[in-house]
Amino acid sequence: MKDAFGIPQSLLVLGGTSEIALATTRRLIARRTRTVWLAGRPSPALEQTAESLRALGADVRTVAFDALDPESHEGVLGKVFAESDIDMVLLAFGILGDQARDEREPVSAVRVAQTNYTGAVSAGLVCASALQSQGHGSLVVLSSVAGERARRSNFIYGSSKAGLDTFAQGLGDALHGTGVHVMVVRPGFVRTSMTAHLEEAPMSTTPEAVATAIELGLRRRSETVWVPGPLRMVMTALRHLPRSVFRRLPI
Amino acid sequence: MPGDTVSVTGWGRTAPTAARLIRPRTYQEAVDAVRGCGERGGIARGLGRAYGDAAQNAGGSVLDMTALDRIHAIDADGGTVLCDAGVSLHRLMEVLLPLGWFVPVTPGTRQVTVGGAIGADIHGKNHHVSGSFSRHVLSFELLTADGEIRAVGRGTSLFDATTGGMGLTGVILTATVRLLPVETSYMSVDTERATDLDDLMARLTATDHRYRYSVAWIDLLARGAATGRAVLTRGDHAPLDALREGTRARRQPLAFRPRRLPAAPAFVPEGLLGRTTVGLFNELWYRKAPRVRTGELQRLSAFFHPLDGVPHWNRVYGRDGFVQYQFVVGYGQEGALRRIVHRISERRCPSFLAVLKRFGDADPGWLSFPLPGWTLALDIPAGLPGLGTFLDELDAEVAEAGGRVYLAKDSRLRPELLAPMYPRLTEFRALRAELDPRGVFTSDLARRLGL
Repeated sequence: MKDAFGIPQSLLVLGGTSEIALATTRRLIARRTRTVWLAGRPSPALEQTAESLRALGADVRTVAFDALDPESHEGVLGKVFAESDIDMVLLAFGILGDQARDEREPVSAVRVAQTNYTGAVSAGLVCASALQSQGHGSLVVLSSVAGERARRSNFIYGSSKAGLDTFAQGLGDALHGTGVHVMVVRPGFVRTSMTAHLEEAPMSTTPEAVATAIELGLRRRSETVWVPGPLRMVMTALRHLPRSVFRRLPI
Repeated sequence: MPGDTVSVTGWGRTAPTAARLIRPRTYQEAVDAVRGCGERGGIARGLGRAYGDAAQNAGGSVLDMTALDRIHAIDADGGTVLCDAGVSLHRLMEVLLPLGWFVPVTPGTRQVTVGGAIGADIHGKNHHVSGSFSRHVLSFELLTADGEIRAVGRGTSLFDATTGGMGLTGVILTATVRLLPVETSYMSVDTERATDLDDLMARLTATDHRYRYSVAWIDLLARGAATGRAVLTRGDHAPLDALREGTRARRQPLAFRPRRLPAAPAFVPEGLLGRTTVGLFNELWYRKAPRVRTGELQRLSAFFHPLDGVPHWNRVYGRDGFVQYQFVVGYGQEGALRRIVHRISERRCPSFLAVLKRFGDADPGWLSFPLPGWTLALDIPAGLPGLGTFLDELDAEVAEAGGRVYLAKDSRLRPELLAPMYPRLTEFRALRAELDPRGVFTSDLARRLGL
């Protein structure tokens, strides 16, 4: 069960090797979290992550999960929920893709969309239903500012996050009053290994800052969290720029 | 029996969870509800004054017992009452005061049920004299997980597991409670001020035994030499001859007339109760109290339940809600108490009207909170940054000193600390495993702490 400050005792991470997820999990373990399920494609990296979290004192288990195989989601995640209550699900998987290549190779573009959007729709619905029957829990969905407005430089990734974001908002409304809380987290440019090869965008942030914002959002039961916070105002302004102007912005 | 799925919280308005709310109107309906609990079980709920998640059960059933509210029999000569568990202490006062009887123990609110009073084994300002509520309970009827109704008397292990057992042994249906005779519905109150914590503890230690009721309102925002300054209010039920001839009070000495102010508004901005406002309030509270005043007549409700005058006062903490932290450390552990008070004061927790009190002898309830020693209770807005970690540190200090925190108020204790704080937890778990092998009775509190 979560405590008065919204800190979970048990956590399921979908996308167990995500750096934002790892930073968040570390932070939550330092507070209360004791049981962690790391779901991801079986890999040495996943096991290493699990080991590093065990060193912090948590009971960590890994579970094989593939976002691209939605048929398996119900079975895989159902087993996790059958073991014990899950107080928080962190939906953190996602791939950035390579915009230039993805434009050339539609199949790889579709893989971005399938991982980030349809994979998340399937996993999100499975988790939502399990959380609803236990009557409590938070579903924290890592979206992105890239989904807020299409940009020339990453619209394939952006469109997948736009779909995810809209899906998560609607799911949050659908689950209102069921004891389940859905929180959409919209970080700006996060400095991780996934983005290391990219040029840093303005108002960039770190996995640790995202983790801090998630902890605060859990306490407040926020529905939307921007990281950094002022990004909310910036994006509100950018959203209303005419296309012809937005297109020319160096972002 | 159908029930609506609703979002439920405790009085602190933190950590809402959804449950099927069932309101049995007869004992049979209660039996059916318990038998019909699904795999996520059920828990009884009274008036929802437990601050944390004790009367919540995510995904399961919550039995709202307030429709079972009949007073069955009053022995006006012997001073006992037999009533349903859903009867509130408010209702008992309304009925019993005109007959010259008062509830044996009342907490800071009348809006609790008899069932809740037993389940949390509540205490009041008279603990140092009268013990906790269970000391005055002669027997009760308990609806257990098998759907049977058992008569439970004093001295049995089921009695001691249920008093303070947070509703996890079953649903209390009725109880027989011994009452306290009173001549009037007024209190004769002595007020004095203590300039700092040492002064306060010295005064309480020296003269508490002279009073039936004793409590100190302590200003935890005062710093430096004034740390722990407090207003002591102590008293007893006023005898009839304390009321002046010719007054309305004298003509109707046993009338029960609680005052009521408008309710707190539904929406209050967060941060209304910050350091400045609470500091100012505490300052005024301290300044307006007389240095010494004896024999002041106060209404019962003003003395015992000042906050009951403002319905929904818990809303003043805004959407974030609040945490009430109450712990006890034994006599001989004054050092721990001093350290904790200083830490809270240095931390500048905006906590208004914290309460310090001395407990008397403990009662036998296995998970009953009081033990002989000092207890401090304070409200803190849940939105205060870093509060969770800070309270964890205080817990460690409390556990180190052999003390414990109060489960009826808890919403955030680290589960590992439960066993050190409640040494009879193993027996409690064993009894539950035997009595309720399927785990029908459970609550968010039980899940969170692994009770």
